[in-house]
Amino acid sequence: MHELGITRNIVSIVGEVAKGRRVARVTLEVGRLSGVMSDAIAFCFDAVAQGTALEGARLEIREIEGRGRCLACGVEFAMPTLFTPCTCGSRQLERLQGEELKIKTMELEEAV
Amino acid sequence: MCAHCGCGKDAKATMINLQTGQEMDVADDGHAHDHDHRDHQQDGHGHDHHHAHAHDRDHGHSHEHGHGHDHGHRHQESRAASLVELETRVLAKNDALAGRNRAWLAGREILALNLVSSPGAGKTTLLERTIRDLKDELALHVLEGDQATTNDAERIRAAGAPVVQVNTGTGCHLEADMVARGLAALKPGPGSVVLIENVGNLVCPALFDLGERAKVVILSVTEGEDKPLKYPHMFRAAEIMILNKIDLLPHVDFDVPRAIANALQVNPNITTLRLSARNGEGLEAWYRWLRREAVAAREAALV
Repeated sequence: MHELGITRNIVSIVGEVAKGRRVARVTLEVGRLSGVMSDAIAFCFDAVAQGTALEGARLEIREIEGRGRCLACGVEFAMPTLFTPCTCGSRQLERLQGEELKIKTMELEEAV
Repeated sequence: MCAHCGCGKDAKATMINLQTGQEMDVADDGHAHDHDHRDHQQDGHGHDHHHAHAHDRDHGHSHEHGHGHDHGHRHQESRAASLVELETRVLAKNDALAGRNRAWLAGREILALNLVSSPGAGKTTLLERTIRDLKDELALHVLEGDQATTNDAERIRAAGAPVVQVNTGTGCHLEADMVARGLAALKPGPGSVVLIENVGNLVCPALFDLGERAKVVILSVTEGEDKPLKYPHMFRAAEIMILNKIDLLPHVDFDVPRAIANALQVNPNITTLRLSARNGEGLEAWYRWLRREAVAAREAALV
């Protein structure tokens, strides 16, 4: 359950950049092979954001599917787990996506 | 401090130098790395943690992203909004500090290894034995990570190696800034070997680079042979798996070939060694690996 701490990290990074302005929305990219559960981050977010510039902010998480390329036969394939082998049987592969753990954007509120 | 792992915001990491008996806090706030660390720079190589990760580009237009996991609450549509592109990796601060540790170690031709396992797999016993057998040959140093107590550090010191204990409080893994502080207190000399014993935990330490040359995962035969499949991140991150306590194999149902097959399924490049830190069986292969890596660390610095 490191997601609570990961969420604290997210709130802290966004809060630093916001410099006191209120944050309306935060967009994350979380790969399905990153070792971090999106649902758990979402679950923690409201509690962690309380009393910060992110209180009440909307959290959007884009989940990135795992994909790899086989180093033996060159084919690209979906990787639902960290150790999905290629259909040719090879486990020597390059992971193309799915390990992201990134804050993409934040939206700041501005008084009009 | 373990604000990454969520093991308690009141976590307070402390560090004890077993050579001097000096005790200090590792950090007041594990994530505000831009504070002044003068208190910890007794040895002249302090770590200034100034990292600018945020690209504070304000764009004066608002975006709508229709993606899943919406947790909308008090979104104030009446206000104009500006979108800031961050593109920041959540673990960027730790990774930057780990890179700094790695460069510090490389410049001193030091081999650093990150030892990870479940609690009770035999990390400390393996270190004690390794120190007793190799201390005249390699300059071994140990950074001990535990939530509490200096028990393991006392054992290491008794075995004959300089040791610094980092207590992570309620934290469940070591982070790169703790290791930076630990190295500053430990002062390993050029060409030495630093063995970092992480907190016993097969989950979180996989995500946190400390600046080590390699992760060494230890699996004991009193555990299940499916651990590599249950904790794939850790076994994938490790370069070498040590199967420990093989002296107990006659008494347990552990299937060695299956454990190795499971590890290879997760990480086809993992090296496996079988040994007993208790009776010494198989240790020579571990020592050969350690010597070879120590030599490689000294030679790599020349390239």
